[in-house]
Amino acid sequence: MEHLNYKHTARARATGEKKQALVGVVASGNLEVLVERVLPGNECEIEIRTAAEGFGEVWKEVVADFVGRRSPGGLKFSINDGGARPDTVALRLAQAARALEGDGT
Amino acid sequence: MSDWDKGRRARAARIAAGTRFAQGKRVDARDATALLEAVIQPGDRVCLEGDNQKQADLLAAALVAADPAVLHDLHMVQSGVVLPEHLDVFERGIARRLDYAYSGPQSQRIAKLLFGGRIELGAVHTYLELFARYFIDLTPQVALIAAVSADRNGNLYTGPNTEDTPTVVEATAFKDGVVIAQVGAIVDELPRVDIPGDQVHFVIDAGRPFFVEPLFTRDPGAITETQILTAMLALKGIYAPYGVRRLNHGIGFNTAAIELLLPTYGERLGLKGKVASHWALNPHPTLIPAIESGWVEQIHCFGSEVGMDAYIRARSDIYFTGADGSLRSNRAFCQTAGLYACDMFIGSTLQIDLAGHSSTVTTGRIAGFGGAPNMGSDARGRRHPSEPWIKAGAEADPGEKAALRRGRKLVVQIGETFGEKNTPMFVEKLDALELAEKLKLDLAPIMVYGDDVTHIVTEEGIANLLLCRDADEREQAIRGVAGYTDVGRARDKAFVQRLRERGVIRRPEDLGIDPLDADRRLLAARSVKDLVHWSGGLYAPPSKFRNW
Repeated sequence: MEHLNYKHTARARATGEKKQALVGVVASGNLEVLVERVLPGNECEIEIRTAAEGFGEVWKEVVADFVGRRSPGGLKFSINDGGARPDTVALRLAQAARALEGDGT
Repeated sequence: MSDWDKGRRARAARIAAGTRFAQGKRVDARDATALLEAVIQPGDRVCLEGDNQKQADLLAAALVAADPAVLHDLHMVQSGVVLPEHLDVFERGIARRLDYAYSGPQSQRIAKLLFGGRIELGAVHTYLELFARYFIDLTPQVALIAAVSADRNGNLYTGPNTEDTPTVVEATAFKDGVVIAQVGAIVDELPRVDIPGDQVHFVIDAGRPFFVEPLFTRDPGAITETQILTAMLALKGIYAPYGVRRLNHGIGFNTAAIELLLPTYGERLGLKGKVASHWALNPHPTLIPAIESGWVEQIHCFGSEVGMDAYIRARSDIYFTGADGSLRSNRAFCQTAGLYACDMFIGSTLQIDLAGHSSTVTTGRIAGFGGAPNMGSDARGRRHPSEPWIKAGAEADPGEKAALRRGRKLVVQIGETFGEKNTPMFVEKLDALELAEKLKLDLAPIMVYGDDVTHIVTEEGIANLLLCRDADEREQAIRGVAGYTDVGRARDKAFVQRLRERGVIRRPEDLGIDPLDADRRLLAARSVKDLVHWSGGLYAPPSKFRNW
């Protein structure tokens, strides 16, 4: 199990009012993302626990692209990864961000 | 005085030798090996029928049981190396040389035998190419084929899985060869005659149907959101602008997703009647919802598919069927149809390099080609125009006078940037090249050559290679959709951005697609059971696809 942690400053604070959301599942080739609106200002933190070791460089790029694209200021993401492919990671991060923008459901 | 009928007399002698075991044309299954030892001679070219679907499995087992002191040095010329027996004949020293097209499930073992020198490889072909050679320089002396049933005169009913049989028999029977058929039953009257009895010399009653693999069944339950995203990109970014009506799909999950999006996303895009109406395609269960929703006008099939027979029988407006009502497939004709009468091939692959060459050969696995290189290539002999073909030709060569410009077939590779076990689809160097070096092959086993590929679709976007004007542009266009693979991360970002501005690369957002809309709820069927419902209970999936 590898632990990774990335901190970014987003362009803007994430919209919406919801405090937290959970997307995905912990399964082989998949991942679970818990997102919480707990950080001040435009800070953004992504904490990863992954079963697949040695992919730090790829995670770094996937996370940086995500922050650049979605501006998730104020959000903390905790990821439980079962060895998901980068495209799945990017999708789950985007889904998590959208879930917080949601209509409160 | 010269002698012009040596072949005919040799065939008569072979038949006479086999007749010892026969009553009329009928040979008991217990005598199958003895029959083969009597009819086949050392060094013969033998076609043991089998492709990616049907198998002459009884005859394969009978050949393996032959005495290598009697039968040896055979040259196997066959579509598929699929059953363990197909390789056992090499291990036992019965066969020595091999010319083939496809080897899906045996891909690892065939690689081992090639490296070990147990198999002398002629070449790996496409189906149509091997069939062509049956009539020029690889004509079989003996063909071992499979049929559903025979009558007492040796007429054969090959049924929905007719596939390669007429081609194999044509080449063998009309050039002094001997045709031996295994059948599931001998009956008084056949439902229809697929092979006339005068082309069949011996018939063995196997007492059971020949083996068929359900290779074209994709469980909608296993389709991922990323595959759905690639399917949305293909529909909106390729099917729609080119107006692709005549096409072939590969067997992967990405194209299965496209089939299942036609009645939902495709309908929303207003594409019904404008795309995907005429097909060269096996009876894919995942196309049932589109057929039932009125998208499809007609389909010609290479082979059949397990469980689809009753559905096909009830949809004769769509499929080619015989007087008995069941499907008539024909691999040679369908491959020809895919080559000359389809405007697009779209399918998946395992590796793509920086020039766009693709291959399904990976270290230790030689899967062969099947039909993909034929479907996935531009037919230089094509002369009839169509909208997609003309448009693609114009994109590739805008400077040429329209009336002198060749059209182009759309050859689309679709897939996720990372495949199973996180293996990247994009590579700097194909494993196929290493294999060619190791085996000292003149040609690396390339499935689709880069100059035939027109588009590459991944979750990151579409690269239109028709619009690339040189090798650098092509390389950056490929890197530009290669995602987080090493190839993708080594892109020249500014170069890729310029390609995007020119429309060479199109991202989901450039096409108005939000990746978050790629949801499994878009699939017209989300399980095999849903497919059964769509078919009105006519589709009968094989047990391994039933979980209810």
